Amino acid sequence: MDKFTTLSAVAAALPEANIDTDKIIPARFLKTTQRTGLGKYAFDSMRYRPDGSENPDFILNKEPWRKAEILVTYDNLGCGSSREHAPWALLDFGIRCVIAPSFADIFFNNCFKNGILPITLPREICEQLMSDSTMGSNARLTIDLPRQVVVRPDGEEVPFEIDPFRKHMLLEGLDDIGQTLQHETEIKSFEQKVAGERPWMPSITLD
Amino acid sequence: MAPRTLFDKIWDHHVVETLPDGTSILYIDRHLLHEVTSPQAFEGLRLAGRKLRHPEMTMAVVDHNVPTSDRTQPIEEPESRNQIETLERNVKEFGVPYFPLLSASQGIVHVVGPEQGISLPGMTIVCGDSHTSTHGALGALAFGIGTSEVEHVMATQTILQRPAKNMRVTVEGQLAPGVSAKDVMLAIIGHIGTAGGTGHVIEFAGSAIRGLDMAGRMTICNMSIEAGARAGLVAPDDTTFDYVRNRPFAPKGEDFEKAVSFWRTLATDDGAHFDKDVSLRAEDIAPSLTWGTSPETVLPITGTVPDPAQEADESKRAQMQRMLDYMGLEAGQKIAGTPVDVVFIGSCTNSRIEDLRAAAQVAAGRKVAEGVRAMIVPGSGLVKMQAEEEGLDQIFLDAGFEWREAGCSMCLGMNPDKLTPGQRCASTSNRNFEGRQGPGGRTHLLSPAMAAAAAVTGCLTDARELV
Ligand code: SF4
Repeated sequence: MDKFTTLSAVAAALPEANIDTDKIIPARFLKTTQRTGLGKYAFDSMRYRPDGSENPDFILNKEPWRKAEILVTYDNLGCGSSREHAPWALLDFGIRCVIAPSFADIFFNNCFKNGILPITLPREICEQLMSDSTMGSNARLTIDLPRQVVVRPDGEEVPFEIDPFRKHMLLEGLDDIGQTLQHETEIKSFEQKVAGERPWMPSITLD
Repeated sequence: MAPRTLFDKIWDHHVVETLPDGTSILYIDRHLLHEVTSPQAFEGLRLAGRKLRHPEMTMAVVDHNVPTSDRTQPIEEPESRNQIETLERNVKEFGVPYFPLLSASQGIVHVVGPEQGISLPGMTIVCGDSHTSTHGALGALAFGIGTSEVEHVMATQTILQRPAKNMRVTVEGQLAPGVSAKDVMLAIIGHIGTAGGTGHVIEFAGSAIRGLDMAGRMTICNMSIEAGARAGLVAPDDTTFDYVRNRPFAPKGEDFEKAVSFWRTLATDDGAHFDKDVSLRAEDIAPSLTWGTSPETVLPITGTVPDPAQEADESKRAQMQRMLDYMGLEAGQKIAGTPVDVVFIGSCTNSRIEDLRAAAQVAAGRKVAEGVRAMIVPGSGLVKMQAEEEGLDQIFLDAGFEWREAGCSMCLGMNPDKLTPGQRCASTSNRNFEGRQGPGGRTHLLSPAMAAAAAVTGCLTDARELV
């Protein structure tokens, strides 16, 4: 997983509440076998017209937001399904940080698991960031994770909260697996203990 | 040591380490894979250059997307074919034991695991599918996980977990004739609701549960998920050991005896604490079914569809009305006698040989009603073979049922077996959400005997009238 330290990037505003996982990526794309390459389906129903052409009015189809790496929305972002296709699609599109007044639980967790930083900020602040984001190519926000602040284009700093453990994981680019593998010694000695206590445990081998 | 529950003991046996924040690294004995939730996890391993830690504790099978008709033909749907081919490539690359589509051992992952003796008492078992709870019938801690966790188990053979709370559901007494495990579980879900088990692992106990065979216990544990629980469990006993003995991957000879003496120590200690305790009387349970689009909307077959006007809570009232509209039912109508279009006997809830026998008993010498499509989808190739040896296939075929190959099939409508809008289905599966069996489809969950009764009468029927 890529480390997340400081991100200075274009932010795009999606001023809607309850953007569900189906809006982030419609269920019909879930039969895939890959987690990469889903970016082209992100926000499919808003991004494309029924004939498949781009909807020129949709923010992520306009410059400079085509290259947005930060999304700002209203409440309950990511509600719906527990599958991880939603963060995969966002990440593949290029989004590394999502900011909203609240998130759906599972989506919130799934973001961390995939190296996306979800930031919870009050609605008034989200509104301010949304208006910052309309300032064309000056619409850059800076997310300073070590100092836990969002820096607005005018230099004002907005502090945010994050669980220290999760912060550590993002800063180091550690996924859960990397973290668990740091306990290799304990896992090994557990395996030896079980082999001693329950030697009858069969292994699955097919000829 | 303080008295412990079955869940506590299995948990304690598998904690590698408890981290400062209270999560534990929990060791996993069996990881079961299927074609839908595994590809991105294999991809993740490959991208990170990681190996599968213990292929010999892992098993893969195709079930969700497989056609249940003629398998000598290539699979038509390109996406299903792609998922299946991807799994086949992955198991080869990572060395995972695999039951291919054309093997007799292929079937629904939750039927295959116990049937092969791959799932055993006292184990921790995970799979990227919520109905992994089924394996809890053996007295194993078995639960569903997401794709990131599938990858985590592949790489580390562990999972990060916090302990669940303990809940006990006791069913004492003698089940009335014609009442099956499915009826018991529907009654339990109707009683405690779909959030009744949230945050808990449910241990099913009491004489009526102990009196069930393994297939019945699997039906019960399977639907723990519909009761909101993380997993379901039944304490391993002689019924369990007799079931496990001589299964292909179970311990053999002296090893088996050693295993049994260990498994006997797992039962909940007297005086162990349960955070929630619920009991039902077996005598009060009638053949049951659902009328709405949530598994808790349970009625006895002798009952009438409830009236939203009687519901005080406004949002519940609106929800009930919406369900009635979707299901095409009227408040106050008798549920028995409602005509059905499709009958589905199958799924990891009810597709074992015992389930097929119960259905065959009702179907024998009768005919599927005109205009009804009735299909039987055995849980595995081995169940299918066994049924054919017993002549059950002939009973079904003579009656006009379709006799199909093993898989998930119409349980979730991922393969071509789907309902069309407005069709009403009597189904032995576990979920009745809007569109679960196909867009606009209307599902009534019920037992195999009740499903067979619906097939031969053309309407929802009390199976006790036919045996
Ligand atoms: S039969 Fe249905 S519930 Fe069971 S594993 Fe298959 S899709 Fe899931």
